[in-house]
Amino acid sequence: MELIKILPLLLESAWLLPLASFALIVFFGPRMGKGGRWAGYLATAAILASLVLSLCALGCWFVLSPPTEEAAHIGGFRIPPLNVERYCLGQFDSLRIVVGYYIDSLTIAMFCMVTLVASCIHVYSLGYMHEELEEVTDPLVRLAKGQPLRRRGRFPRFFQYLSLFCFSMLGLVIAGNVAMVFVFWELVGICSYLLIGFYFERKSASDAANKAFIVNRIGDFGMIVGLMAVWTGFGTFSFGDWQDTEGRVQPGIFRQVRPSPDAPKPIVPDGMVQMAACHEVEAIVCGAPDLATARQEIAARLPLWRSQGYGYWLLVIAGLGIFCGCVGKSAQFPLLVWLPDAMEGPTPVSALIHAATMVAAGVYLVGRFYPVFTPEVLLVIAYVGSITLFIAATIALVATDIKRVLAYSTVSQLGYMMLALGVGGWLAGMFHLFTHAFFKSLLFLCSGSVIHACGTNEMPQMGGLRKKMPWTAYTMLVGCLAISGAGVPVLGVGLSGYYSKDYIIAQALLFKSQNPTHAWMFYVAAAGAALTAFYMFRLWYLTFAGQPRDEHVAKHAHESPAVMVAPLVVLAALSVAAGWNLFAKQLGLAPLLDSARPVGPTAGASAGLWIPQVTQPPEELVHTPEVHVPAALIAFTMALVGFLLATSIYGLRKLDAADVRRQFSPIYRFLVHKWWLDELYDFAFVRPVLGISRFAAGVDRKGIDWLADNLARWVELLSRLDDWIDRTFVDALVDLTARWTYALGLRLRAIQTGNIRQYVMLIAVGTVALFVLMSLYWNYATASF
Amino acid sequence: MNLLTQPVGVSHYLVVGAILFVCGVVCMATKRNALGVLMGIELVLNGANLNFVAFGSPYLQPDGRAALGLDGQLLAIFVIVLAAAEAAVALAIVLCYYNNHATVDVDRADQLKG
Repeated sequence: MELIKILPLLLESAWLLPLASFALIVFFGPRMGKGGRWAGYLATAAILASLVLSLCALGCWFVLSPPTEEAAHIGGFRIPPLNVERYCLGQFDSLRIVVGYYIDSLTIAMFCMVTLVASCIHVYSLGYMHEELEEVTDPLVRLAKGQPLRRRGRFPRFFQYLSLFCFSMLGLVIAGNVAMVFVFWELVGICSYLLIGFYFERKSASDAANKAFIVNRIGDFGMIVGLMAVWTGFGTFSFGDWQDTEGRVQPGIFRQVRPSPDAPKPIVPDGMVQMAACHEVEAIVCGAPDLATARQEIAARLPLWRSQGYGYWLLVIAGLGIFCGCVGKSAQFPLLVWLPDAMEGPTPVSALIHAATMVAAGVYLVGRFYPVFTPEVLLVIAYVGSITLFIAATIALVATDIKRVLAYSTVSQLGYMMLALGVGGWLAGMFHLFTHAFFKSLLFLCSGSVIHACGTNEMPQMGGLRKKMPWTAYTMLVGCLAISGAGVPVLGVGLSGYYSKDYIIAQALLFKSQNPTHAWMFYVAAAGAALTAFYMFRLWYLTFAGQPRDEHVAKHAHESPAVMVAPLVVLAALSVAAGWNLFAKQLGLAPLLDSARPVGPTAGASAGLWIPQVTQPPEELVHTPEVHVPAALIAFTMALVGFLLATSIYGLRKLDAADVRRQFSPIYRFLVHKWWLDELYDFAFVRPVLGISRFAAGVDRKGIDWLADNLARWVELLSRLDDWIDRTFVDALVDLTARWTYALGLRLRAIQTGNIRQYVMLIAVGTVALFVLMSLYWNYATASF
Repeated sequence: MNLLTQPVGVSHYLVVGAILFVCGVVCMATKRNALGVLMGIELVLNGANLNFVAFGSPYLQPDGRAALGLDGQLLAIFVIVLAAAEAAVALAIVLCYYNNHATVDVDRADQLKG
């Protein structure tokens, strides 16, 4: 069999293995060994097998499109993406709901990343969740009488959800059409909900789960609007070209909006033009003699309408709608409040779902949908990304909960990715997605290890843990260096974050040079680099450096078992090396992703229809020394500033943190309250909604209930009357009939004397009487029988 | 039409049967002894039987063709069988009644009166 046929099969099995594991654990989980121990091994084996299959697929890809020198320079599709349709769920007119795959190097890279991180986290969870094997006492949940809650361990359930999540995430990545993306989009959402609420007895956990779910619904509402626009405009959900039942090749979304690979401007699809020009279409149809000529007429007019800008707003709506879903899932600016609260879930979940994979799915979808976005949408994406990046980074400066610092850091890094995508740096955004997945899951797992050892999330109670848990401390240091973008700018060598963050800042600089009015985004990105370095090293110093601040915690602390340390080492190695290109810069993550780059939108300067003054610079320009060198220097300098500041405050204690806090007390308060975002939303949305619902409840109780009660009372009264009539008249009539019958019976009873001779006499007399009567009155002549 | 001057035909038998029937009915109506009542029943049945046989006999018809033919005789045999069965059951009832009441007086058998 050819490799190109094997490739989908490999990815398909990698995708379905976690589902099989999920199904087995659902049915047999609690019976798998003591406390469901084998469920963990099963899920881990499944994801490890998926990892192996994904790596095989990666090997296949390299064989199919070898990383040669000229290939690296051509860019764009070296082999066209595979669009495989496996099963048609249903066809409603021209709406086809299909299970299909869209496979390019991005898909394969995502598969490898997701399965790799998930494998590490599965192994780690085997150690981290071991308490769930036995009966658990949860001191955070107090029962009515004040004693802590005791409950059965949920070890199998945890791995069951993890397996379901892996299946959903891989499905989201492999999906070949937007409908399938949406299904798996919601599936990862529900997994996130279930896992945030894993300790659902805790009020905070169940609240956080609800918050995450509801905030995501807001984003998904926009996404549905986007889907509708896509459906009406393109007439298909499929990304790539597909074959209809007669074997004709139909263009998918991407080819409709970018018919030629080097067109910088998106083409508004026919459907959207017709939708927008509905009045003109109506006039033509009414005026034409028959439908065929009307169709020809409309087809002839389409280019004119398109050049007049008809339907462009629909394309913008489609892009904004899809992006809206990504805003919810990736916790971008207006909807970023759920992700920090989601840290109520177990730490491996935070690492897998709320750092490395699911929240990156929003970025992934923006990257996947990149050809559809118009410059206006891209500008919105860039704005949202920069705002998010700044807000989240500033909040992370003052958070004291170790996981919350990381959560805000995640939001901030996702903002970086969105910013990169928005300013035209497709490769930069996607590259950062991958490197971030590695170092952020590493950081989360390290924090999990710390929490496991200390039994608290609060950094002020930690300190000096470096000696107690050296593996955790130094792997986390690697993570901090990676996320801060540590490297040697002169040699161009660094940890993975160095490459991706430099790339993003270079893209922002390039955008600034072309559009000076939007320069602030570059400044925010540069400042973000300093903030990132500051809060990461603040976290590290507070946790691992200095003297222990809490005797009890320090005495209790210990290095985690090998099963938890091993994934840390693997992820640390990846955080260091993920950005490196081997073999003369042809074999590496960036060239691999580059071959999936949608060429159209990143090819050349393109301006939006509505905002002609904003131009998207071509992505290649970022490699010119005028952009690359200053960007690298700025990024490095900013990170160094952040690092030195953190070191002087928390490492060397030259500056007193409390003093600084006093000095900037209004800002500090503003940041500690998370920009008052939660309060703002509470005031702007939650309270009005509660007010409306209270009002509705009042109307229900006072109005509708009153009506219903009165109606019931009237009905009761009526039935009482009816009952009285029934008893008095109808029943009496029946009783009377019965009494008469009874009396008659009593009378007639006397006839039966029991005297046999009397009976015989009566029979004889009766017979004679009958004969006499017959002879008198029966006329034989006219009688008829 | 004077029956006494006619040759013996169906009508004569019918007269005899009617007399037997009436005798039986009178016997049933007047006898207080249960056995007497049973005898009356036998008379009634035989009176009816005589009619069947008379109608079934070709010798009593002027044209030699009977009204009922063999059917009359079959019915007569049937009635005889019925009478025998009835007598067996009735005598058993009477015996039983005697065992319980030490009498066969039908006037005293009125426990089931209304």
